[in-house]
Amino acid sequence: MARIIVITSGKGGVGKTTTSSALAMGLALRGHRTAVIDFDVGLRNLDLVMGCERRVVYDFVNVLNSEANLTQALIKDKRCENLFILPASQTRDKSSLKREGVGRVMEELSRGFDYVVCDSPAGIEHGAMMAMYYADDAIIVTNPEISSVRDSDRMLGILAGKSRRAETAATPIREYLLLSRYDPERVQRGDMMSVDDVQEILSLELLGVVPESKAVLTASNAGTPIILDKESDAGQAYSDVVKRYLGERLPHRFIETTKKGLLNRLFGE
Amino acid sequence: MDIAAPHSQFELKAGTFTLPLLRLLDTNMDAMAEQLSDTVEQAENFFHNTPVVIDLNDISGITVEFPMLVGLIRGHGMIPVGVRGGTTAQHEAAEMMGLAILADNRQSSRTISRHKSDSKSGSRSNSQSDAQSNVVPIKPEALTTTLVNKPIRSGQRIYAQGGDLVILGQVSSGAELMADGHIHVYAPLRGRALAGVKGNENARIFCRDLQAELISIAGHYRTSENIDTRLRDQPVQIYLEDHILRIEIF
Ligand SMILES: Nc1ncnc2c1ncn2[C@@H]1O[C@H](COP(=O)(O)OP(=O)(O)O)[C@@H](O)[C@H]1O
Ligand SMILES: [Mg+2]
Repeated sequence: MARIIVITSGKGGVGKTTTSSALAMGLALRGHRTAVIDFDVGLRNLDLVMGCERRVVYDFVNVLNSEANLTQALIKDKRCENLFILPASQTRDKSSLKREGVGRVMEELSRGFDYVVCDSPAGIEHGAMMAMYYADDAIIVTNPEISSVRDSDRMLGILAGKSRRAETAATPIREYLLLSRYDPERVQRGDMMSVDDVQEILSLELLGVVPESKAVLTASNAGTPIILDKESDAGQAYSDVVKRYLGERLPHRFIETTKKGLLNRLFGE
Repeated sequence: MDIAAPHSQFELKAGTFTLPLLRLLDTNMDAMAEQLSDTVEQAENFFHNTPVVIDLNDISGITVEFPMLVGLIRGHGMIPVGVRGGTTAQHEAAEMMGLAILADNRQSSRTISRHKSDSKSGSRSNSQSDAQSNVVPIKPEALTTTLVNKPIRSGQRIYAQGGDLVILGQVSSGAELMADGHIHVYAPLRGRALAGVKGNENARIFCRDLQAELISIAGHYRTSENIDTRLRDQPVQIYLEDHILRIEIF
């Protein structure tokens, strides 16, 4: 039985797709059979970030409508044989996402994989609800700013009530926080929320802090999950995230400012 | 075939409830929406989660857009439970929306009084009409305390009907607590807390760390901008004294 992980946030543009691709690749590289699904029907971009957009024949909606079977629709990653991508459709509308159909696909994936990573669309509408409904674990991607934190808080409330685990009174979904696009210098200047500020509101298990990094855009333009860029701090942060998710205990990195300027050294503590 | 019954899981009993009646005088849903908003605005707490019965006597036979009506009523925080009066066609439409058809007053009070004189075992032989006249949500009669040991997130709403509410986790801004009795919060209270929502002026709010967006006791409320900043982040109790809301540091 696979563990189903939803990558969610409420707010758009916070790094859900970046995280989904990095986590899925990271888990697969560590030997786990992993499938990553794009729930953003109508706005697909996971396939772009994964670099497989030109190999899409069938998509998630085709499978839901029984126009193709899973084996036909799953795209095998060229870099890692344990990784498969189920792309979203760009042409269909979200109403094809029905709870029963999604459940059927999840069940089938559960049989063949160790992990199923669900990349949620933004918002708290139908698509996002479908992405989280069957989840065992939820990674809440949040940016260090109040609107994102608020939306994450709201999402947590929904997770607590509207998931299969909640409805069947099973063990609740395990919730993790991933703080993304963190800029320690801006935090130090006081114009960005710190990890502590965010945790005061969300108080969740912190899976990792991913720093703001230009390497992320470069990587997604190249169709390479950022975790493969081992030189970049964001790539390293995602490696830590994967290890922590799998149970390793690691100190958090990229939270402190690295380059201390002259003034800082003179006037800092 | 006879199956020996194990110890019974429930007892069917009669209960009388006084419910607000929404007596429809017309069926224009736009005008209805407007009037509902105005009415509810004046006493939001009173209507919150209140079961209401829709009275059709004055518009008997006229087509009512039940889906719209039920949506409107729910949208204003009330819980439509059934209809009274009206025609068979209206009843069918009401049933489609999950509303119960309630017998009129006279009949139901007769049923109840007969029940009172019944022995306990009499509840097994309830006739069809008895069952129908009592289709109203059954709530525990004794005061009960609701305990929640999880954080209450933005957008979540907890209502302790008929009793107190005890919250052990933090209450996010955008979350809402309501209780007919007292409210206790043993963590930061950043959302809204409304105690004594059915008008109990003796209800109180206790919290370990006051950062609330709104506090209210029996409808006497105060928003965060009207709470003295010296009380912020303090452990407080909030109560009514001569209809005035008092906030006192412990
Ligand atoms: N750590 C980061 N540093 C810099 N840019 C980032 C980072 N994470 C995400 N981005 C950028 O933010 C944008 C939105 O990211 P994406 O993962 O698509 O978010 P979502 O799926 O939540 O909408 C993209 O342009 C992406 O390159
Ligand atoms: Mg996305």
